[in-house]
Amino acid sequence: MAVQFVLNGKSTTVDVSPDMPLLWVLRDTLGLTGTKFGCGMALCGACTVHIDGEATRSCVTPISEVAGKRVTTIEGLSKDSSHPVQRAWIAEDVPQCGYCQPGQIMSAAALLAKTPHPTDAQIDEAMSGNICRCGTYQRIRKAIHRAAGASAGAARPAA
Amino acid sequence: MKNDLMFDRRDFLKTGAAGGAALVIGFYLPVNGLARDEQEEKSVNPFNAWVRIGQDDRVTLILAKSEMGQGVMTALPMILADELELDWKNVKVEQAPTNPAIYDHGTGGSTSVRTSWLPLRRAGAAARTMLIAAAANEWNVNPNTCKAAHGAVIHGARERTLRYGELVEAASKLPVPNLNTVVLKNSDNFSLVGHDTPRVDTPEKVDGTAIFGIDARPPGLLYAVVERCPVFGGKVAKFDAAKAKAVPGVREVLAIDRVGPGAFTEGGVAVVADSSWAAMQGRRALAVDWDFGPHAKDSSESLRNQMLALAAKPGSVVRNDGDADAALAAASKKIEAAYELPFQPHATMEPMNCTVHVRPDGAEAWVPTQTPQWALDVIATISGLKKESIQVHTTLMGGGFGRRAQADFVAEAAQVSKALGKPVMVLWTREDDMQHDFYRPASYHRMWGALDSAGNLAAWKHFQTSTSISAMWGPPGGKPENGEFGTAAFIPYQTPNYRLEYALAQSGVPRAWWRSVENSSVALVVESFVDELAAAAGKDPVEFRLQLIGSARKIPDFTSPNGAPQDTARLKNVLTLAASKAGWGKPLPKSVGRGIAAYFCFDSYAAVVAEVAASKDVLRVNRVVYAVDVGRVVNPQGVKAQLESALVYGLSAALKGAITIDRGRVEQGNFNDYDVPRINEMPVTEVHLVESTESPTGIGEPGLPVVAPAVCNAIFAATGKRLRLLPIRAGDLA
Repeated sequence: MAVQFVLNGKSTTVDVSPDMPLLWVLRDTLGLTGTKFGCGMALCGACTVHIDGEATRSCVTPISEVAGKRVTTIEGLSKDSSHPVQRAWIAEDVPQCGYCQPGQIMSAAALLAKTPHPTDAQIDEAMSGNICRCGTYQRIRKAIHRAAGASAGAARPAA
Repeated sequence: MKNDLMFDRRDFLKTGAAGGAALVIGFYLPVNGLARDEQEEKSVNPFNAWVRIGQDDRVTLILAKSEMGQGVMTALPMILADELELDWKNVKVEQAPTNPAIYDHGTGGSTSVRTSWLPLRRAGAAARTMLIAAAANEWNVNPNTCKAAHGAVIHGARERTLRYGELVEAASKLPVPNLNTVVLKNSDNFSLVGHDTPRVDTPEKVDGTAIFGIDARPPGLLYAVVERCPVFGGKVAKFDAAKAKAVPGVREVLAIDRVGPGAFTEGGVAVVADSSWAAMQGRRALAVDWDFGPHAKDSSESLRNQMLALAAKPGSVVRNDGDADAALAAASKKIEAAYELPFQPHATMEPMNCTVHVRPDGAEAWVPTQTPQWALDVIATISGLKKESIQVHTTLMGGGFGRRAQADFVAEAAQVSKALGKPVMVLWTREDDMQHDFYRPASYHRMWGALDSAGNLAAWKHFQTSTSISAMWGPPGGKPENGEFGTAAFIPYQTPNYRLEYALAQSGVPRAWWRSVENSSVALVVESFVDELAAAAGKDPVEFRLQLIGSARKIPDFTSPNGAPQDTARLKNVLTLAASKAGWGKPLPKSVGRGIAAYFCFDSYAAVVAEVAASKDVLRVNRVVYAVDVGRVVNPQGVKAQLESALVYGLSAALKGAITIDRGRVEQGNFNDYDVPRINEMPVTEVHLVESTESPTGIGEPGLPVVAPAVCNAIFAATGKRLRLLPIRAGDLA
């Protein structure tokens, strides 16, 4: 079955089984391996992408549900790691093994798009679905606050 | 130095695998720095092995250890670059090809920095010496009048400069200096070592381009998942592949034999497809009848009963000073306690996987591995190909923690690829990973302690039983007390009457090295029990420990004649530093308690204070303060990251998930029934590093063993309740 959607700004069509999760379409059909497999049950957050701007676990999203929608993966978040979240991640030297980080970054970016200056409680709520076995949580929190601070000007609505 | 990985010298275990083929395991981890010095330093030209300098001054440094998050991809090149006087901004790092003749690849046991420190400095110094010699030749001056700085050689008197790029061709042809006598840089002049340095792999881990094992995509790749018997030790009786083969995308279904001992695979049925998803769907449609084998009735309960029975009898004696039984019998004040620890999985974020392409003339593999030299051996044995024809690429990996030191996931991929003659990734799902791990052993400990009228430690007796790693991996008739069961005897607390015994518990559950190995259990027991004794003596836990540790002295390594001694001055230093930085003794709110633990392992000294809110309604670690002495620190922010990391891994085992066995199989499967800490549970963490000019010691693991006991001790301080069965749940405080 052919499914058409917009992937990182480009119209894309795939012809796969309609129940194939978006995660595997990205990784195997389209060769975009930045989005990671960690659990297959939406428990770990490694597979997080944006679908129409919402943070979504791609491992439980069948490709049929993606038809006509806008999907952004870590590869499409910015051209050159210029997204404020990526800049903050680099400034705080967040990653260790790095496997969970694309999912962490995508969840954080979605949070900041909705809540430009999140409290620690809001960070907890938005980010507790993303597991890190290397323990980078303290730096993730610091980087989110840093990214929130950096985009302080941009967040203000037009007069 | 401590041998925490079983083999303290080159050990080769030849054994017959199924089908009669010999499986040779080469498993050399240079955990013993002294043993390294005894051997001849591998004399290789540094320009062949470690350093590539371009005409444009860009320098590529080679990394022979596996980067699994612990930061060696940054720390090791820093050592090399500093000695070689490079500009760090011109440095790029590349993974070494797997070549055990040149490189000591094995990564684990917190050994990378401490065993690479001298060899890398020597290699860097040799290359620097050769570059200076090349410049001196060019200028026709005495090399003593030249010096190296910022990637160039400068002739002092006339301020002439030649860049390394201009010199490297000539330099690499010069004789290599004797690596044992080459002059190393004065450590006062380190420009990189000791300074916070951002990780070299951060950019690729932030933009999604980092390639992990699971991301390997050689052309024509097929994906496979393996259905393994859920009961340990079982095997396929028969299977029906018809429905599996009918699933779109599935190409092949084949049985693979068990391999081991060594690689210790379980065998099973492999479903091979043109995508990961199709392989998983194909496996769902597979019908397999199992011969469950001899362990089908094993359970955590049956294991516990076995351990209790063993603990009721004397064990094999590991160490016996004085007469602990007599002292206990005569003691006016004595206490007893029993501690239990379950199996723990590694639960790396990236599940196990390996990609192998076996061709008639050679093979290529992409392996997220801590032991590429072993992966090479296993692929050679299974494929029948010569090692020289096999390329093993070590990829980045999503966590190691000891799991990726194994070769089971390599053997399976080699088997399937050899059968098909195609590149195959054997990919494990989270359930596969959780249920077919090599677990941290389960153990049971009985402790007895006696105090004399002055509150001194009159006796300490420790009985330990576990499903030991040695029993599974050690040579037959080996002496586990020299490693795993001897570690508890390497105790800093002094008493005239000390006794340590052990008994082996039998289990079909596979076990191996899990971050910090037996130290995770020993520290829990020793640092909790000494805390119980402090309470019995009515003394402050810090003061009591200091009293028992006594004067400054170096305690010989009980487990190994070549091991580094435990320096009590350094242990007391981190103990008092952690206490001081944590505000030990200052008042805390109701239901909040402080606990401390201090421990020596992997040649490093770590102490941690945990502040825990504990009551029947809440169990929360609020704050953690570390004080750590790891000798000279190469990358301070990297060391801090490792402590933050060990903290979370330790909290996971102390407070969250465990592996339980029922009907011979693991009951847990995914993060719904094996819970791990998440960001909302992370305590505020402070790290204090002792400044030291001693040689660097380990850091990947030492932060972990102190976590559980500090938390348990804090819970006691808050509630008066002693919790001795891990993991601890809030309900335990009801």
